[in-house]
Amino acid sequence: MNKGPDTSFSSHRTIVSLFPDGRKKMTTSVLRRLTNPKFLRSILPALSLAVVLAAIYLVAPRAISYVGLNLMLQYAVPIALATLAQMCVITVNDLDLSIGAFVGLVACIAATWLHDTPLLGIAALVLCIGVYAAMGAVVQLRGLPSIVVTLGMSFVWMGCAVLLLSTPGGKAPDWARAIMGLSTPWIPFPIIAAAVIALIAHLGLMRTSYGVMLRGTGGNPRAVARAGWSLLGAKVVMFTLAGVFGTLSGLSLIGLTGAGDAHIADRYTLYSIAGVILGGGEFVGGRVSPAGAVIGALTLALAGTQLLNFMRISPDWQIGAQGAILIVVLALRALIGAMERRP
Amino acid sequence: MRRRLVIIRMPPSAAPAIALTAVAKSFGAVRALELVDLTVAAGECLGLVGHNGAGKSTLMHVLAGTLSPDAGTLSIAGETFTSANSPALAYRRGIRCVFQELSLCPNLSVAENTRIYHGALKGFGWKARARTLIAAKLDEIFPGHDVDADDEVADLSIGKRQMAEIARAFTVTDTPLRLVILDEPTSSLDATTARQLLTFLRAEVRKGTSAILISHLLKEILETSDRIVVMKDGTVVDTRPADGFNRDTLVAAMGTGREVGDRSLGQASQRDPSLRNSPEDVGSRQRLEPTYAPPTSSTPRSAKAREENTVLRARPRTGGTRELTVNRGEIVGLAGLAGHGQTRMLLQLFEGARSRVAGTEVAEPVAFIAGDRQSDGVFPLWSIGRNISVGSYATLLKGGLIDRAAETALANAWRERIGIRTPDIGNPILSLSGGNQQKALFARALASPAGIVLMDDPMRGVDVGTKLEVYKLIRAEADAGRTFVWYTTEIDELAYCDHVYVFRNGAIMADLAASQATEENVLKASFVEEAGA
Repeated sequence: MNKGPDTSFSSHRTIVSLFPDGRKKMTTSVLRRLTNPKFLRSILPALSLAVVLAAIYLVAPRAISYVGLNLMLQYAVPIALATLAQMCVITVNDLDLSIGAFVGLVACIAATWLHDTPLLGIAALVLCIGVYAAMGAVVQLRGLPSIVVTLGMSFVWMGCAVLLLSTPGGKAPDWARAIMGLSTPWIPFPIIAAAVIALIAHLGLMRTSYGVMLRGTGGNPRAVARAGWSLLGAKVVMFTLAGVFGTLSGLSLIGLTGAGDAHIADRYTLYSIAGVILGGGEFVGGRVSPAGAVIGALTLALAGTQLLNFMRISPDWQIGAQGAILIVVLALRALIGAMERRP
Repeated sequence: MRRRLVIIRMPPSAAPAIALTAVAKSFGAVRALELVDLTVAAGECLGLVGHNGAGKSTLMHVLAGTLSPDAGTLSIAGETFTSANSPALAYRRGIRCVFQELSLCPNLSVAENTRIYHGALKGFGWKARARTLIAAKLDEIFPGHDVDADDEVADLSIGKRQMAEIARAFTVTDTPLRLVILDEPTSSLDATTARQLLTFLRAEVRKGTSAILISHLLKEILETSDRIVVMKDGTVVDTRPADGFNRDTLVAAMGTGREVGDRSLGQASQRDPSLRNSPEDVGSRQRLEPTYAPPTSSTPRSAKAREENTVLRARPRTGGTRELTVNRGEIVGLAGLAGHGQTRMLLQLFEGARSRVAGTEVAEPVAFIAGDRQSDGVFPLWSIGRNISVGSYATLLKGGLIDRAAETALANAWRERIGIRTPDIGNPILSLSGGNQQKALFARALASPAGIVLMDDPMRGVDVGTKLEVYKLIRAEADAGRTFVWYTTEIDELAYCDHVYVFRNGAIMADLAASQATEENVLKASFVEEAGA
């Protein structure tokens, strides 16, 4: 049972003994910190991203450059935003199966109404976010499973998108294209954008006093209600935020593609769930990490297509390979979890 | 809209800090509180004791605003409120509650949990303020506590969680602290920290805060309280200054409610005495037994016969050295306060029948009757017949498939036998009343080939008529050789058992023969303390 940590410690000890006594103590405490399961779990998302980047570097060294990263990561921005939308919903112990269809609808609205008659487009987007808020209220008030409500809504979003844009087309608003085409000095734009998004979400959910209440709702709803907070309010706020992030995801996506399509983001639903989990979040219990979720989305975007393309894996096998990566990371996390439970 | 409807001012000196008047609360047919009056003076610590289901917890929830009473008024410092209470209002009125089930969010740190509690901890620098607030209070109550304000609650041991929650209830931001309700606050604390808490509580009370202390440790109650209120069956049955009680009189007060003696007698007399194969009669139950852990050989059967007949033997995984032994055809009761290891014992036996479990020998297949019908018992979308036959599929197979005709016949036979009131066994199970649903669950277990039936307080919320029918059936089945292990929270039901084991803190505290299974003895064993008796 104890084999794992023991062997790692004994191998460290031989290294440690090379140092004089004073430094030995310090080194062991650093090692203990490094092998602490809590710490391991928190760096696992970043570690996964590093491994994927290293693998890409091994296969195609020139891809790890300003231009290469810019190209590889450009689609990571909409995926990261969709992942944050999903994270908001998962925080309050729900699951959103409609986010992919929703991002597709937003892209269609942006490619048609928002481009042609901006006021109508903005009104439509605000209405969509309002529907998201209403979903949260329905889930809380009627006690319906969010999976059912959002699965149903995904068909509604999809239907609206097809009605609006039955064949791929339309034109992205110029400002969306301009923003997504920004070229920043030194660091590629997608990386800066992802960092800014992660920072804002982190500050809002992890550091503000209101964010604490929102996360508490996922951890122990009864305790939060007993402290006098409204669970309905928390759920509506989180679903509204999911709608906002979903809208931003659709706008950034259309800024990249230039034209809209109802099925443009069908895969985002599963990407977003996988991103949250990959980033250290859990399905229930209010345990989420916005920074981790963004890193998880980047990992998925890279591992999903770029790495596999470089490795010359045929597109037929890519989804399967993506799933395998996901399983490996989650298995590692389960392993760390088992370490943690051991006294 | 919650509004104060009536405000009656009284001279502040005459008014108690908190007063509940004529509070009533029912859950369906169960009356949890019947016209309870309760007052707590400023600077008074009130001890509240009573057996399971006496209404203590319901009363606390009414005070804390998490339950709305059906009737009654609440007055605080002379202001009377007849409108609905709510957690937010209770907080503003200075009432804090440490619930028995912990109310911390496991995914948040101790400081963050403090923030959840206090609306005023917001804006810039809230976290630092929350940290100092809770750390200072923890230092004050539990010196040397070893709980960091930044520790995530999920990483803390259960005892430290309880410490954090207690400290949180005593922190003060922008609203005054008037009354703290502590429901079993020491259940997860070790002796040292429990002592620290009670010392702090006395000091806090001297400063003018009121407190209500609920505990099953009578020593704690007797030493810490100024006044003790005894509840039973939803009413207050005794109130005295703490020095007017000692452990024995307190136990006696819990046992002798005004109406309960009558009820148990009434029920007993309705029972057919010939159903019982033990020689004791009802009168002997009232006898006072000085000791309550007799050797097992005091049962009518000889020790040797017992040995040969034993179908089940188990030592609780949860603690203690005493074993549970059950003979074929016996009805064995598991008693004690709720949640002290009885259900875990049943689950251990259930596991033991299917696979090897240390310290557990089960000689025959078992069936389990769940107490929580809705979540563990019925298949809500299935018919009544299906719900009965699901336990007996092994005997209903014909060529590997279920024989529908035999299934229907089995269900109909049990409908007749157990008296499920339905015109058609094909109706959905939810068309039945709660009592009849429970009968269907009994039928499921009794129709199965299992020789041992485990019952997890199965009579919760069942009407008296149904109960009596089921008691009769259980006795008849036991006489036919079936064995029953019966966890019950109702002391009256122990009269139907041949043997009673009393649990406390996961261990068997007493092993009572039928003649000794009086309410008095069960209460004594449930409440006894290490040094005591």
